[in-house]
Amino acid sequence: MNTTIVKPENLAAVNGMGNQDAKGIVYRTKELNLWYGDNHALKNINLDINENEVTAIIGPSGCGKSTYIKTLNRMIELVPDVKTSGEIEYRGRNIFQKGYGVEELRTKVGMVFQKPNPFPKSIYENVAYGPKIHGIKDKKILNQIVEKSLKGAAIWDEVKDRLHENAYGLSGGQQQRLCIARCLAIEPDVILMDEPTSALDPISTLKVEELVQELKKEYSIIIVTHNMQQAARISDKTAFFLNGEVIEYTETDKIFSNPTDKRTEDYITGRFG
Amino acid sequence: MKFIDHTKVLQKMKPRLAANLVFKFVFMAATAFALLVLGILLYRVITQGIGYLDWQFLQGLPSRNPEQAGVKTALIGTIWLMGVVTPVTLLLGVGTAIYLEEYAKKNKFTSFIQVNISNLAGVPSIVFGLLGLTVFVRALSLGTSVLAAGLTMSLLVLPIIIVSAQEAIRAVPKELREASYGMGATKWQTILRVVMPAAIPGILTGGILALSRAIGETAPLVVLGLPLFLAFLPKSVFDMFTVLPMQIYNWTGRPQEEFHAVAAAGIMVLLTMLIIMNSIAVFIRNKFTRRY
Repeated sequence: MNTTIVKPENLAAVNGMGNQDAKGIVYRTKELNLWYGDNHALKNINLDINENEVTAIIGPSGCGKSTYIKTLNRMIELVPDVKTSGEIEYRGRNIFQKGYGVEELRTKVGMVFQKPNPFPKSIYENVAYGPKIHGIKDKKILNQIVEKSLKGAAIWDEVKDRLHENAYGLSGGQQQRLCIARCLAIEPDVILMDEPTSALDPISTLKVEELVQELKKEYSIIIVTHNMQQAARISDKTAFFLNGEVIEYTETDKIFSNPTDKRTEDYITGRFG
Repeated sequence: MKFIDHTKVLQKMKPRLAANLVFKFVFMAATAFALLVLGILLYRVITQGIGYLDWQFLQGLPSRNPEQAGVKTALIGTIWLMGVVTPVTLLLGVGTAIYLEEYAKKNKFTSFIQVNISNLAGVPSIVFGLLGLTVFVRALSLGTSVLAAGLTMSLLVLPIIIVSAQEAIRAVPKELREASYGMGATKWQTILRVVMPAAIPGILTGGILALSRAIGETAPLVVLGLPLFLAFLPKSVFDMFTVLPMQIYNWTGRPQEEFHAVAAAGIMVLLTMLIIMNSIAVFIRNKFTRRY
């Protein structure tokens, strides 16, 4: 299988942003502002996101965390009347730059949504959808991609005997892991997860969390979550958003044990939000 | 302190239950009235026409003699008309619906278009007849051909099919579109592989209902000047033809009593076609419409 993804270490060298101690950076957000009509939803966001780490974004409802993650693959443009300013660099290139193909970006940056959203097709067709739209027709290759992706999402054993049954027959948690498999099938570089466990029961949630730990070896993961324990359990770095601003962004251990900002402390100790 | 006095509530219970019962019967009567009218209509048509409805009637050409009169030219003409209306309305109607729902920006101009499409659905059919006469019959000199009548009828039912296709497309959950876009699919790939498969049952249902309207309409075709009496079949879309409603209209206008019975037989043929088409529409809607 051909992947067009540039190996992180090469790219870091090319862009001169490789640092001996620090990991490479996948996303660099500079002075990002976003408006829904007149509503100023994101204010001067500056965030660097490391590769092969799990970055969690937490904050109360309406703080802009979902908006931010949807800006990273430009899904936000599906909402009418959205304006942005500033830059988001993905692997050194500004994604708002004229001529940057949004389809190209989304082939490298996969997304898992809040509600499991499989297509009303078979399990196989769901996973094969991405490779097919990118032009892979060879049945053997598709079979391999489907198997590899389902294994990668830790759902292969549960579905291998019913690949051609409708995906709607799966439970909610299985559907969400299927959606993760579908996302892996395009062999992305980054996986964006927008509250992926908010519609799931605790056991399914645990499975997804374990999966995230597994996936970070190969992928960079950015996860929005309502659940602070979840952020504490699975992420390396955490950003706390409030009213469209980044209040604090640092190592997860530090933010939960010793936050610098009073507002962060109030939020994670449950005093508001 | 309590606000609800339960003994009083019990005392007032009787009139409440009575009103409940009365309204049940009022609404049942409304439904029964519609059924009654339909029953009388069918009874009249069937008792009048059943004597003439036989294989010879379906096979026969029009005739001066009511015993020999048949609907063949009209029946074949109606099928020709459907042959023109179906592709034209599906292509134009579904295309417009896709553009308005998926591509067009939501602004004043598109909402203006939207309002006008809905208004067009309410324009009396005879006005479309006048339009067809001016544009297709005269200006494009198509004459009273299958093509001219087909295009006129297509214009008449386009608003219906556009609106129903739009509704079907809108009913596809946005989460499915997001999933597709999120993997780098283009708009066209998303429409073709995700939106259309989910919307097609709804579009087909609307299409069949629009088509059954097209084959039942008479007024526009009277304005176009379709022949009332035709003893040959069309060979191409440029030939003259006639359709079932026109033929029925002709027979009911004749002075002889027998022809009124022949008209009733014609109505039975037309009604059978319409019922079959509507049943197909209902079948598709129930069988294939997905619930999310």
